[in-house]
Amino acid sequence: MLFEGYGRQLWNGTLETIQLALLSLLLAFVIGLIGAAAKLSRNRWLSFPAMIYTTLIRGVPDLVLMLLLFYSFQDWLNRLTDALNQQQIDIDPFVAGVCVLGFIYGAYFTETFRGGVLAVPKGQLEAAAAYGLTDWQVFHRVLFPQMMRFALPGISNNWQVILKATALVSIIGLHEVVRAAQDAITGTSSKGAYHAFFFLAVAGLIYLILTTFSNLAFMALERHYSIGIRRSEK
Amino acid sequence: MIRSRNVNENHLQQTRPLTLSSAFLTFALSLDVLRRIGQERVPAIVLFFTLMSWSLCVSAKDWKVIRFGVDPSYPPFESKAADGSLVGFDIDLGNALCAKLNAKCVWVENDFDGMIPALQARKIDAVLSDMSVTEKRLQQIDFTGKISYSPTRMVAKAGSNLLPTAESLRGRNIGVEQGTIQETYAKIYFEPHGVNVVSYQNQDQVYADLKSGRLDASLQDEAQASIGFLRTPEGEGFGFCGPELQDPKILGSAAAIGLRKVDTDLKNALNNALAELLKDGTYQTIAKKYFDFNIYGN
Amino acid sequence: MTELIQQYWQQYLFGTPGHPTGLVVTLWLTAASVGLGFVLAVPLSVARASTNRWLSVPVSFYTYIIRGTPLYVQLLLLYSGVYTLDAVRATPFLNAFFRDAFNCSILAFTLNTGAYTTEIFAGAIKATPYGEIEAARAYGMSNFALYSCIILPSALRRALPAYSNEVILMLHATTLAATATVPDLLKVARNASSEYYLPFVAYGIAAALYLCISFTLIWFFRKAERKWLAYLR
Repeated sequence: MLFEGYGRQLWNGTLETIQLALLSLLLAFVIGLIGAAAKLSRNRWLSFPAMIYTTLIRGVPDLVLMLLLFYSFQDWLNRLTDALNQQQIDIDPFVAGVCVLGFIYGAYFTETFRGGVLAVPKGQLEAAAAYGLTDWQVFHRVLFPQMMRFALPGISNNWQVILKATALVSIIGLHEVVRAAQDAITGTSSKGAYHAFFFLAVAGLIYLILTTFSNLAFMALERHYSIGIRRSEK
Repeated sequence: MIRSRNVNENHLQQTRPLTLSSAFLTFALSLDVLRRIGQERVPAIVLFFTLMSWSLCVSAKDWKVIRFGVDPSYPPFESKAADGSLVGFDIDLGNALCAKLNAKCVWVENDFDGMIPALQARKIDAVLSDMSVTEKRLQQIDFTGKISYSPTRMVAKAGSNLLPTAESLRGRNIGVEQGTIQETYAKIYFEPHGVNVVSYQNQDQVYADLKSGRLDASLQDEAQASIGFLRTPEGEGFGFCGPELQDPKILGSAAAIGLRKVDTDLKNALNNALAELLKDGTYQTIAKKYFDFNIYGN
Repeated sequence: MTELIQQYWQQYLFGTPGHPTGLVVTLWLTAASVGLGFVLAVPLSVARASTNRWLSVPVSFYTYIIRGTPLYVQLLLLYSGVYTLDAVRATPFLNAFFRDAFNCSILAFTLNTGAYTTEIFAGAIKATPYGEIEAARAYGMSNFALYSCIILPSALRRALPAYSNEVILMLHATTLAATATVPDLLKVARNASSEYYLPFVAYGIAAALYLCISFTLIWFFRKAERKWLAYLR
């Protein structure tokens, strides 16, 4: 047997990793959009907390933040529901992991989107407004597609980081690939000396495959969002 | 300032357009909502009501569901089988208790040092992970009656002539699991005298480093070391060194189920169920499956 | 909470003489990994940017593997995986090297930061204006003179913003050493949290200390940019 009976656990771990990464990406994306809007807003009550948020989150290591938030999250929610005299809302570890990762990488996405929005030439927005387009139309037809073009390398970078950060989530107890590999190592420890190296190499290979596919997907996305743009060299 | 790594190279080619704008509509909508936030005072109230009406899975105060916290790196008390399921003495005992209480047992895996914070944060309702009753722990949480007793003993390479004393271990590495009474003991009696005490996240890692030679000795529960390590092919070449350690204040008197101090109803329910298990012989049946001696102690 | 700070403040900052823990260990890990990574990356980036396939392909393979897998997996491989191989146990030097958790961590971090730094520097080298290289060749400069006088100084300057980012990310990455039993800042925070059951306070102090170091590094790199990228201002 190739994986000594742990193949199923490794496969489940891979699926869990992908789910965790995708859901965290979604949450971080939304938080990033909101955060970027807040940071770019002229209202001090919005831009200042947003600046504090990005500075704090990006200045502290992810692992420390994860450990900090993992227990505190449930604790604060308990206090909230207690104060409102509601029944306790249980956060299962997977949801907690998603929330923590989304919250942390939301700060990185905030910066990415902020950079993207700032890179769109202001003249275009002015011209669109001069033509009488509504706010929503300006955003949807002029700002957003061009912002995506500038933000896409940053988004792709952040996605890769989120994917690799799911390995850290195994430290707070979620059952993803690295945890599955470690269980496999413990379970097969009598089978020989090489098994630790083997299972960890398998875990690494799984991540390599995931990042390779992500790279290809993002290259395709970049091509889509760069349609009509002529490159300066070549 | 701080950005993420993985700089991708840009390639430009003409290709068929993908339709993604519908997927991004939702995200764009959230952006639009926030633009209005600066003008209106709506959101805080909206958030409150959303939270209040948002009841996901609910923890029952009538104890129809009991969440047990367990650290499955401690065979035969608790460990993980190849298919990922939890097995062990504590698992069987917990399931039997739940059966007696007509409740559903949910097993939550957690690192041992995070058990008490998890209990206090109400991530779990009880700790059933071979946790000993000590004064220090009693300051934070409450315990049921005794469920097992096993002393602490040191394991090292057979024939190494090491003793569980500071003089014998001076300059050497001794491994313990973080958050256990053995860690407290080692930190109080060994570390100030020049012994290098290394704490690990779980017991598996302790044995892995003991086997590989990074550790000279390890300190853990005697029954666990004997059945879960020394009698397995893993533990070949290792053995107990020195006698059982005596220190009731630090090492506690027995292992029991940890509970929050406010949950007196759960404590009474579990104590009653435990008494019934002892009386009708279920406890002994379960214990015999894993131990060839009396794990309950006197 | 005050009890926690009273008992652990020394361990958080510098530990005991002969047994350093906490902040000093984190700083030492960061400095060693970044320094060794830099030394590793400069020749590798030259190879990576080279037109000679025999040089660039192995290096790009190395960076592809390292950048495609999480640092945690790499650390586990070097800490738990490698030491179980019989070949390593048999050789006395390798045995002594991998036995120490500290060495394993520094090796893992160096290889990781080396790969990322190689890519950063290679990108900067490739962005060198071609006219400068033409002029250098017209002057009859040898390859070595070309690299040491023309390409590398300008490339390293160009790479400074991205490299500063990388150094800060490496500081964050050193927290992983705690999982390999190295007594760095996170490990001390974990010990404190495990003893006093106050995770928020224990990790909060560690977070505050990391924030201080991050700000110091950012300030330091801003000064460096003022000096070395002065021509851009």
